Amino acid sequence: MKYAFYPGCSLECSSAAYAQSIAAVCRLLGIELAEVEDWNCCGATEYHSLHRLTAAAVIARNLALVDGSLTELVAPCAACFLNLKKVDHQMSEDPAWASKVNAALAAGGLMYEPGRVKVRHLVEVLHSDVGEEGIRRRVKQPLRGLKVAPYYGCQIVRPYKDVDNTEYPMKLDELMSWVEAEVVPYPTKAACCGGHMTQISEAQAYELLRRLLQSAEDAGADVILTMCPMCQLNLDAYQSGVNSYFGTKFRIPILFFTQVLGLAFGLPLKQLGFGKEIVAAIPILKQKVPAALAAASAG
Amino acid sequence: MVHAAIRGETSFLNEVIEETPHGERLLHCIQCGSCGGSCPNGPDMDYSPRAIFGMIQAGERERVLSANTQWMCVSCYYCTTRCPQQIPITDILYTLKRMSVRAGLAKGTDAPALAKSFVHYVDNYGRAFELGLATRFYLLNKPLAMVKMGPLGLKMLAHGRMSFLPTRIKNLKQLQAIIQKARELGEKS
Repeated sequence: MKYAFYPGCSLECSSAAYAQSIAAVCRLLGIELAEVEDWNCCGATEYHSLHRLTAAAVIARNLALVDGSLTELVAPCAACFLNLKKVDHQMSEDPAWASKVNAALAAGGLMYEPGRVKVRHLVEVLHSDVGEEGIRRRVKQPLRGLKVAPYYGCQIVRPYKDVDNTEYPMKLDELMSWVEAEVVPYPTKAACCGGHMTQISEAQAYELLRRLLQSAEDAGADVILTMCPMCQLNLDAYQSGVNSYFGTKFRIPILFFTQVLGLAFGLPLKQLGFGKEIVAAIPILKQKVPAALAAASAG
Repeated sequence: MVHAAIRGETSFLNEVIEETPHGERLLHCIQCGSCGGSCPNGPDMDYSPRAIFGMIQAGERERVLSANTQWMCVSCYYCTTRCPQQIPITDILYTLKRMSVRAGLAKGTDAPALAKSFVHYVDNYGRAFELGLATRFYLLNKPLAMVKMGPLGLKMLAHGRMSFLPTRIKNLKQLQAIIQKARELGEKS
């Protein structure tokens, strides 16, 4: 299985744990990820708050740079995923808009044929292309006893309805059940982490984060699993901020789902980026899945 | 539509529709309030999206563009997928963000400043640069808050999650040519 891969800016540094664990897990599963040559930032939610056509052109440059032999592009970040998918979609349904975007691309000697690249999130690829059998047969350390709250956030499951259920998505739940983790019902699994609100409006951001942390605690989760760098950063790095703001005592490790998959596959901890999370995950893993952790530490 | 038509001021409504894919769905709003009820920041908005749509139809340009509603939107798209009339609500709010900045009516929010700092790094490096973005944004807009952010920055550094140097893409010239052309074609700002 070979896909074009758009890592996105966060994976370069602040979410290196995601990048490392994606690489390790995909290597093991026989998924080849060919990084788009010289990709640029997707503009997050910021660029199209100021400029619509430029935002689309900046995003479309990446689609245009996808190797001609590949037809599927995998993005691991929710914002990158949605931006790439949305630009392709809007160009496909509106030829006049596509011409405008392409006129801008032409200034850089590029062209994108709408619909040529299918944009997918990594969780879809692992869930649907690798599938249950493919995941189950790789499990060396079943994660029985580890209670995980699967967190999807917003932009992977909305507004487009073809990825998963927009209200109560289940793909990450299923993926985690295949490695025998105990998936807790997580009512806020598709609610918002606040995105950039942590930067611009603390009160709003902290309240949104508090709801997610409270809901996970109420569900008895040991860890929250994310599939987006921004969600991970907000829940992890601002958790102590939430605690001082509300007088709460949350201490819930926030891991990328690929880190936990890797643990179940028996991959070494150092290949999975553990230790980069600010709320430490190792103590709870040692307590709940000692055998898996011992195996991963030995590797 | 009716109100705006009676007042002879349909240009605001038309501009919003024109700048938003499927923006014409706005005319089908039944004022049910599913949008505001679904919104995680709904209670902190000056007006719910429902009210904003009524005001757009009534031609209330200045009130709409000065509202904090569009800046409170976190792009979670709950309103969009739940709207029984298939109105692209989140995208309409993006349109209002752009119109509000262009009209100089975006006040009382740091969101446009954050967006400008972000766009600066994309335009000049081709990549976002978290440390630079935070520093530039805080220095330019709320220097005092930098002190509060310090400990968090240090934690990120200690965990190897903060870089001191921005990454620059190789073919920045190509990206900049594309950006310049896009700005010329049809950008109002």
